[in-house]
Amino acid sequence: MKKKEEQINNVLKKPVGIIYRWLGDRIFLSAAVILGLSIIFLSLSMAWVLYGEGSLSFGEFGFWGFLRGTTWDPGIQLIFGALPFIFGTIVTSVAALLIAFFPAMAIGIFIAEYAPRWLGNIIENLVHLIAAIPSVVIGIWGIFVFAPWMREKVYLPVFNWAAEHYPSLLPVLGNPMGYGMASAIIILALMIIPYTTALTRDAIRQVPKEQREAAWALGATRWEVIRMAVIPYARGGILAGAILSFGRAIGETMAVAMLIGNKNNFPFSIMGPAATMPSVIINEFREAVGSLHLSSLMAIGFVLFVISLIVNLLAAYITRKLSISGGQVA
Amino acid sequence: MRSIPENKTLFQRRLWDRFMVGLLLLSTILVMVPLLIIIGYVIVNGISALNWEFFTEELGSPARAMQGRPTGLIHTILGTAVVDLIALIIAAPVGLGAGILLSEYPDHKLNPPLRIINDTLNGMPAILKGLLAFALIVKPMGTFSGLAGGFALAFVMIPIIARSTESALMNIPWSIREAGLAIGLPRWRVVLSTVMPAARTGLVTGFLIAFARAAGEAAPLMFTSFGNNYLPRHWTGMILGPVDTLPQRLYSLAISPYKEWHAMGWAAGIVLLVFVITLFITARFLTRVKKED
Repeated sequence: MKKKEEQINNVLKKPVGIIYRWLGDRIFLSAAVILGLSIIFLSLSMAWVLYGEGSLSFGEFGFWGFLRGTTWDPGIQLIFGALPFIFGTIVTSVAALLIAFFPAMAIGIFIAEYAPRWLGNIIENLVHLIAAIPSVVIGIWGIFVFAPWMREKVYLPVFNWAAEHYPSLLPVLGNPMGYGMASAIIILALMIIPYTTALTRDAIRQVPKEQREAAWALGATRWEVIRMAVIPYARGGILAGAILSFGRAIGETMAVAMLIGNKNNFPFSIMGPAATMPSVIINEFREAVGSLHLSSLMAIGFVLFVISLIVNLLAAYITRKLSISGGQVA
Repeated sequence: MRSIPENKTLFQRRLWDRFMVGLLLLSTILVMVPLLIIIGYVIVNGISALNWEFFTEELGSPARAMQGRPTGLIHTILGTAVVDLIALIIAAPVGLGAGILLSEYPDHKLNPPLRIINDTLNGMPAILKGLLAFALIVKPMGTFSGLAGGFALAFVMIPIIARSTESALMNIPWSIREAGLAIGLPRWRVVLSTVMPAARTGLVTGFLIAFARAAGEAAPLMFTSFGNNYLPRHWTGMILGPVDTLPQRLYSLAISPYKEWHAMGWAAGIVLLVFVITLFITARFLTRVKKED
């Protein structure tokens, strides 16, 4: 026994052993730490770079002046204000979330509570499929099928009806050409459904059995069990899902840029063209020549970064507090 | 606190129950229908626009399509492969390293901020990752390039890979690590030789999902790899010069004023859709196989 110990000690004392064990562990951990740090560095550099590149514009108009400015004129006056795009982003995202929230939650409840296993699996995979379809593919369908259809079947009839009965509504409704805020909102609503649904389902699956059984024992119907015992318990997860959906809506770029019509200045109307922060960057960045124009687009990127940061941290806070694993839809 | 309504008869309550089921079912159908319509349209329009030239010719000028000469997107398909692979090569070590740190060194001081920042980076709009790559790569290089596009997509992949690596490694029970340590292996050998092989399927699934997510992104590529109507003369042009990618080309075709290009846009749509969905289905299939083990 003693001999063995000595042997082991000899091995450990051997320089090769030390290099193999001690140095190997050091190198491995340092490599992991450096790679981890690079992610942190990447995120910080994103904030720093966007602010730095946008500083020319912030300097010209002032930080708040840039946020409050309502004119975006890269052609003649060279005045840049971000308010139309901030407004466009917030309105489309909030409206899309309002439309998407209840159906998305309903699907989550349906999958977790009512659907037989095979049907639940199919629906779940289909909902994940919505998140998997590239945004440009939804966009091309929107341009060639959805927008023209909405123009013929919805916008024009509404517009004509309003023109006959309530002409004062027309400026609110806007140009019924099909490419505009309403179309973008509807597509956006469809695209953000998977995130709320996934977290709703996860949260419902975590509700303890006793919670349900107590409600069943009171003689509740199935819906009453869900309403009394399940939803209150899963509230946090559902809320986190809604916030994540909202975050996706804010950053959604291609489908919105293809459908919203891209009009850079107020006033925006319901059916008429508008713009969001990502859509204006996509549309103008490639053609931007003036350095002030380029800088203003970067500054919009910085504003988008800040808003998105707040939304994400909020979602992270809620999920962490309720220890829900999730947010990954794949 | 809600309670069972006492002023209603059992019949009313059951009726309400049925009504709510109907409502849930209705919302589910309401969402499934547009999804199936979109996929149906892309398949029908895409297949009718696909032909042999699509996979063998380059795009060229709009005149080429309007005069009916053969055009295709071979340069786009090759470009997509190059840019996506560059992205994977950049993102894989970073994501793996961070994932290993998060799961194998659970007490490391860096972990709590890293986890939050990684999740936040994952939720950041992809277009911002494109702007970052523009400022970090395109500006110093002085030209749009496949390399810049690769970096932009790598920024999309990294947080996804880090997160999936973490959860894949976490799924391996600690007893496996303890067994390795007990036979005298140093920690790094335990991770590389026992934990990672055991978590193989989970790791590959994470890579596939990250790859699929990035492959569908157009926004970060618009001002990094930029796009190109022709095949570069030399293969290095794919890396160092502006290069075409499927999502970005699909957008350009769709907003172009030419009818012939719209048809090609649908064709690009079905290629992209099939590619991305195949990756996702493979990833799903792998997780399922693993669960049955």
